[in-house]
Amino acid sequence: MTREQIPPLMGTAPQVSAATPRLIRRLKAAGRFALVIFLTYLGLLAVTFFIGRVIPVDPVLAIVGDNAPPHVVARVREELGLNQPLAAQFTVYLGKVLRGDFGTSVLTANPVMQDIRRTFPATLELASLGILLGAGLGVPLGVWAAVRRGSWVDQAVRIIGLVGYSVPIFWLGLMALLVFYARLGWVAGPGRIDVAYEFTLTPVTGLLLLDTAMAGDWEAFGSALAHLILPASLLGYFSMAYISRMTRSFMLHELAQEYIVTARAKGLSEARIIWRHALRNAMVPLVTVIALSYAGLLEGSVLTETVFSWPGLGLYITHSLQNADMNAVLGGTLVIGSIFIALNLLSDLLYRLLDPRTHLR
Amino acid sequence: MNRFTEKEFILAKKFFPLTRRLLCASAAALLACHAPAALAATPKDTLVIAFSFDDIITLDPAEAFELSAGEIMGNSYDRLVRLNISDPTKLTGDVAKSWTVSSDGKTYTFDIKPGLKFASGNALTAEEVAYSLQRAVSLDKSPAYILAQFGFTKDNVKDKIKAVGPLKLTLETSQAFAPTLVLNCLSANVAAIVDQKLLQSKAQNGDWGAGWLKTHYAGSGPLKLREWRANEIVALERNALYYGEKSRPARVIYRQVKESATQRLLLEKGDIDIARNLSPQDIAALAGNASVKLASAPKGTVYYISLNQKNANLAKPEVREALKWLVDYSAIGETLIKNIGVVHQNFLPLGLLGASKETPYKLDVAKARALLAKAGLAKGFKVTLDIRSMQPLQGIAEAFQQSAKRAGIEVELIPGDGKQVLTKYRARTHDMYIGQWGADYWDPHSNADTFTRNPDNADSAKSKPLAWRNAWAIPELTKKSDAAMLERDTAKRQAMYEALQADFRQTSPFIMLYQETEVAAYRSNVEGLKLGPTFDSNYLFNVAKR
Repeated sequence: MTREQIPPLMGTAPQVSAATPRLIRRLKAAGRFALVIFLTYLGLLAVTFFIGRVIPVDPVLAIVGDNAPPHVVARVREELGLNQPLAAQFTVYLGKVLRGDFGTSVLTANPVMQDIRRTFPATLELASLGILLGAGLGVPLGVWAAVRRGSWVDQAVRIIGLVGYSVPIFWLGLMALLVFYARLGWVAGPGRIDVAYEFTLTPVTGLLLLDTAMAGDWEAFGSALAHLILPASLLGYFSMAYISRMTRSFMLHELAQEYIVTARAKGLSEARIIWRHALRNAMVPLVTVIALSYAGLLEGSVLTETVFSWPGLGLYITHSLQNADMNAVLGGTLVIGSIFIALNLLSDLLYRLLDPRTHLR
Repeated sequence: MNRFTEKEFILAKKFFPLTRRLLCASAAALLACHAPAALAATPKDTLVIAFSFDDIITLDPAEAFELSAGEIMGNSYDRLVRLNISDPTKLTGDVAKSWTVSSDGKTYTFDIKPGLKFASGNALTAEEVAYSLQRAVSLDKSPAYILAQFGFTKDNVKDKIKAVGPLKLTLETSQAFAPTLVLNCLSANVAAIVDQKLLQSKAQNGDWGAGWLKTHYAGSGPLKLREWRANEIVALERNALYYGEKSRPARVIYRQVKESATQRLLLEKGDIDIARNLSPQDIAALAGNASVKLASAPKGTVYYISLNQKNANLAKPEVREALKWLVDYSAIGETLIKNIGVVHQNFLPLGLLGASKETPYKLDVAKARALLAKAGLAKGFKVTLDIRSMQPLQGIAEAFQQSAKRAGIEVELIPGDGKQVLTKYRARTHDMYIGQWGADYWDPHSNADTFTRNPDNADSAKSKPLAWRNAWAIPELTKKSDAAMLERDTAKRQAMYEALQADFRQTSPFIMLYQETEVAAYRSNVEGLKLGPTFDSNYLFNVAKR
């Protein structure tokens, strides 16, 4: 990337034509980018597809059950095209995907994209609130720990991080339910919303907070929030643990740099040095860490979703994989792949905002 | 990152089951010491049930073969006859007012109750009943053989099953089968009655409306399906057009809740009325809770360890018998399957016609050793056992591993995911397998067909029953099972199954372990909950809340 950004030497080309090579360069870069994305998708699909076909699970079993008579098994195998060679199966699948047809999930009997449209908002809502909490608390905590390195603050943050990092989430989830739902009654239990609202609400975006707010149904909004807050806090805690550790280490690195000494020598206030100088530089790698954490959450947290009976993407894909429901798995993988690509792109763009050296000229 | 901790944890769960058990135990201990707080009551006319129904893949009665789907259909579809849930060896008429069997035993004539309607408002007459059975046979999905075994095929079913009057239906079987068998099969979900007019309006490319019915409803039962969102919710509501007593709850809502501990919390808080998938530990812990009650019923599912006869050691009759003496049945019954099962050593579950209560086997290492010596294996041998990584199967397998070791048999456990283990079992490449069998329809032939029939033991065989999967060649027993299927005298038929079971106990390569008990825990303001003998007779339309 750096090579094509080297500006043409002043004066070697007249001002008018300077725009043309730049445009071509940009087009080339865009083309290369598109090619990379295309190959990424192709690779993703190919690997998932072949793994799905070599795992020792018979997909027909998931459809017809264990007790089905053999002729039914044989017919369904043929209907699914499983009696054809792998390469042929893959080509057929690719052709359909290119036409926008992701197939039907055998487990839910729905088109895969319809299922994903239903499960993804649940995960999106959970993950977004989770990462807001995680980054919102994790970054300041990490900065604080770095600045007070070795003090009780640092130790406390380290312990919080260690616990968040090492305690199994399903156990912590159950404990949190026990304390905050069963004992204290501060939050609502598992599920996305109280049963009473289940059928009064017509999903528009699938994000319940947004849907209820748009409908002006504040009671339902409260119910959705009460259900969301606990699992989101839990996910937030886990990403906070990671983000605070990373922030601390990036900050320590920056605080040891010479420009900090210079800033101090100039007599800048400590707050300004930490937040404007050191953190701004630490933000560059941090953006990637946060983006990847977010992508990880969007992939769906199977265990959290299981404990909280949260009908999200992680549960959907895991359940599909266990039953060799490959259309669903492939569709889900594509969506997750897109999330990673989009978030990578986003963090690249943020880099450019944060780091003047990578500015396009 | 979180997802890494989660994935690592999944791995850890696989390889260190003990850690998981410890964590569960600590969770259970903490759960045990808390008292339920204020109640968040569910709406009074709505029954809310926590249930693990992720096995449902279709709600078309002609296609569905899954346990949870069976329960939904049992509540929402009518059929010609229904099981009498207080005496499951008997039947009562459902839409059939009465029926007769011709003297040659091949023609059944049903009189249909007058004035029946589907939930859509369409009329339900003999024509719709005939259509429903023809549809199930013609679609030929997994459960279709329950009807097809009487000689119905796609090509002849329109002649064999037909409406001969607005309220009169005849059904002609290929042989003179036992009438109990035919009628029992007509009580199965696959014989549920569907709305012909509605389905014809939804049909595409001659699919009998199957594409639409997978996720929709076309029935006439006490409850009707409002919505199924896979892995999330199943909502049923009262069918105001039902001919009989109307459903007591206006709505029944199943919420997908997988974890037993979560179900228990929801129940204790009063956010649900009934919890359906509780672990034995959670059931035991609920026993002291005054606001929670338990309902239970034996179900038609039996658990067993089977011995592949392709393994030279396991094929020896002495070894087969020795292994039956190497299971600590009473310890398993008192601990691992407490509340969820009862030790049972026969292939017919109790509740089916002719089911035997005999339990001759107990742990007897000396006897097993003597038998092994007789087989020339006094020093024991090594063998593998495939199990699904789930309780109580794992616990039972481990207990069996310990007791078998006492007779010198080294059992290596190979854990795996459900579908993976099953795929291997169906290819009969296992040594030993531990698993369960649920009766497909409520007749002894359902189990005899798989445990004591093996018409062709070749690898290329057409039908692959459990006896085949364990390479057990049994021409004699196959003949006896066929005879029992045709015996028209019910008392004689019963005696034939008793004899089959006695033979099976002695010689089979199946170590029968226990019969499943289904337990539901419910809030004490719920009344009328009675679990049926089958999964499709767990009726909820009789249940109300005070």
